[in-house]
Amino acid sequence: MNALFPFVMAVASLVGAGVLAQDLGDAKRGQQVFKKCASCHMVGPEARNRVGPPLNNILSAKAGSVADFRYSKALRAAADDGLHWTAETLDGFLADPKGVIPKTKMSFRGLKAEADRVDVIAYLETFSGGSMAAQVDAGFTVDAAILAIEGDVEYGEYLASECTTCHQTSGSNDGIPGITGWETADFVTAMHAYKAKHRENPVMQMVTGRLSNEEIAALAAYFKTLDN
Amino acid sequence: MTLDRRLFLGTSAAAVATLAAPMVRADGHGKPRVVVIGGGAGGATAARYIAKDSKGAVDVTLIEPSRMYYTCFFSNLYLGGFKEIDDIGHSYGTLATGGVNVVHDWAIGVDRDAKTVSLAGGATVAYDKLILSPGIDFVEGAVEGWDLNAQNAMPHAYKAGSQSELLKAQLMAMPEGGTFAMVAPPNPYRCPPGPYERVSMVAHFLKNNNPTAKIIVADPKPKFSKMALFQEGWADHYEGMIDWIGEDFGGGSVSVDPDAMTVTIDGEETKVDVCNVIPAMKAGRIAELAGVTDGNWAPVNAIDMSTKADPDVYVLGDASQQGDMPKSGFSANSQAKVCANAVRGALTGSKVFPAKFSNTCWSLIDTNDGVKVGATYEATDEKIAKVDGFISQTGESADTRKATYEESEGWYAGITADMFG
Repeated sequence: MNALFPFVMAVASLVGAGVLAQDLGDAKRGQQVFKKCASCHMVGPEARNRVGPPLNNILSAKAGSVADFRYSKALRAAADDGLHWTAETLDGFLADPKGVIPKTKMSFRGLKAEADRVDVIAYLETFSGGSMAAQVDAGFTVDAAILAIEGDVEYGEYLASECTTCHQTSGSNDGIPGITGWETADFVTAMHAYKAKHRENPVMQMVTGRLSNEEIAALAAYFKTLDN
Repeated sequence: MTLDRRLFLGTSAAAVATLAAPMVRADGHGKPRVVVIGGGAGGATAARYIAKDSKGAVDVTLIEPSRMYYTCFFSNLYLGGFKEIDDIGHSYGTLATGGVNVVHDWAIGVDRDAKTVSLAGGATVAYDKLILSPGIDFVEGAVEGWDLNAQNAMPHAYKAGSQSELLKAQLMAMPEGGTFAMVAPPNPYRCPPGPYERVSMVAHFLKNNNPTAKIIVADPKPKFSKMALFQEGWADHYEGMIDWIGEDFGGGSVSVDPDAMTVTIDGEETKVDVCNVIPAMKAGRIAELAGVTDGNWAPVNAIDMSTKADPDVYVLGDASQQGDMPKSGFSANSQAKVCANAVRGALTGSKVFPAKFSNTCWSLIDTNDGVKVGATYEATDEKIAKVDGFISQTGESADTRKATYEESEGWYAGITADMFG
């Protein structure tokens, strides 16, 4: 059985074509490509550890950040060296996993076709960070005027102290979602989606219920500064 | 209504200069000094936030006798076998490297005129602002037959650590088909769902290790936090194991005999194998010694957690009498941030933002069966007043309950990072 998980050195010279998946990739086709990954990895709301870790939020994550997954030493070492998953680092890794991290547990020979890599990254991106928000919040829109409010970072930092009882400033996704480094529009939309009870978590519905538009903008501005 | 920055309370630099004039400067330096007594969810958070946000402009001393802090929250999960004792232990090293002067000693007195705190080790520490977050102590004579001398025979395990380990050991040593008794506390007390989560965790352990054992709970209250949720869970997971005796059935008329290991409920004596006595509570003793309590608790102003007795002395968390918030680690952490913001503003002139409070209490009933209750609060002239709230529903899906439990684990990691850095 393959133990496959993208581990890669965050070294520019190892990176392949430097593609921008969000611009070029076909997420729908990527879903087909992902079948090659799906024997070991899950993605989506029900995703959990299998042979490999779940890949939700992979595109904003520090490598090796699924807390209860047993990563290889090689991956943990790369993570300690600061490896983050971006379209570029994933592309390089997926092209030749063992070439990039020789001791990765992921025994997968890679996706040789650049189009496959670009598309599967585009697919994964729909489950990652801002785009995940965009997907969850599909059909929910926030007034342009509200999205345009410029948040006060200092006020956001104070307000954020209410959030950091649960959400870690390290950006950890373990049990409670990481909220650092989100795109402002995604953050604001997600918060308003809770406030309007379009999103479901009762704690978040309650917390956002009394936040003003300015306060949500302030929080978005502050948490964006904590890009881990 | 929306708030904007112009509405915030501000403290001008000039006002700060006047405030700073009468400061005690025991060490001859000019920095304002904050002393925090008690390194739990309230005190550790307040110390950390003031040190972090003032960036060295305020001297922060934290006085806490324990080298390792064991969180009361999740200590029931340790009893149930879901956590190891080390999982709930935290040291103060990161706070110290973050700029907090951590002093491991007991505070034994407060001189509010001289603005000093005396320590058991003999030292005296001067303050401009004093934050007390001492948690709870027990009301003497609250349970007939029990006092602290009996806490080895009949543990309270309501201050986590060695007491939790003792209760766990006693639970594990129970004879087959034995009886575990709990004497539950009257309101108000630390962690309203805590005794009932504990019953659940004890039941979980017994179901797997000693399935014919019984649990009896003598409770002076007619109802309790998340009652419908717990009772549903007890019926589903632990049918026939738990006998809860509320006020209506004499649960408030209890005495214990630690030597004979008997519990007498409403005149009926029962021989038990383990007896967890959770007595009535009051503010940690130092609050009383500081003269800021009225009855069992310390009344505070909701806007900044300053005491009614002294504007330079603040009380956080369980020890405070603030209004509608439950006595919980989450509440203490929330209050600490409001207080830290206000104290820093008073001492350095930094912007003081309006008080906002929130709380959520998660409880585990059985494996992956988590429930929660929470509310938001605001400061009014009279008290911390509830704004809005929610509670888990009976009959929720297994997926929802599992997600709630996983959320609680995320919260634990979050709040302990927020407290200890």
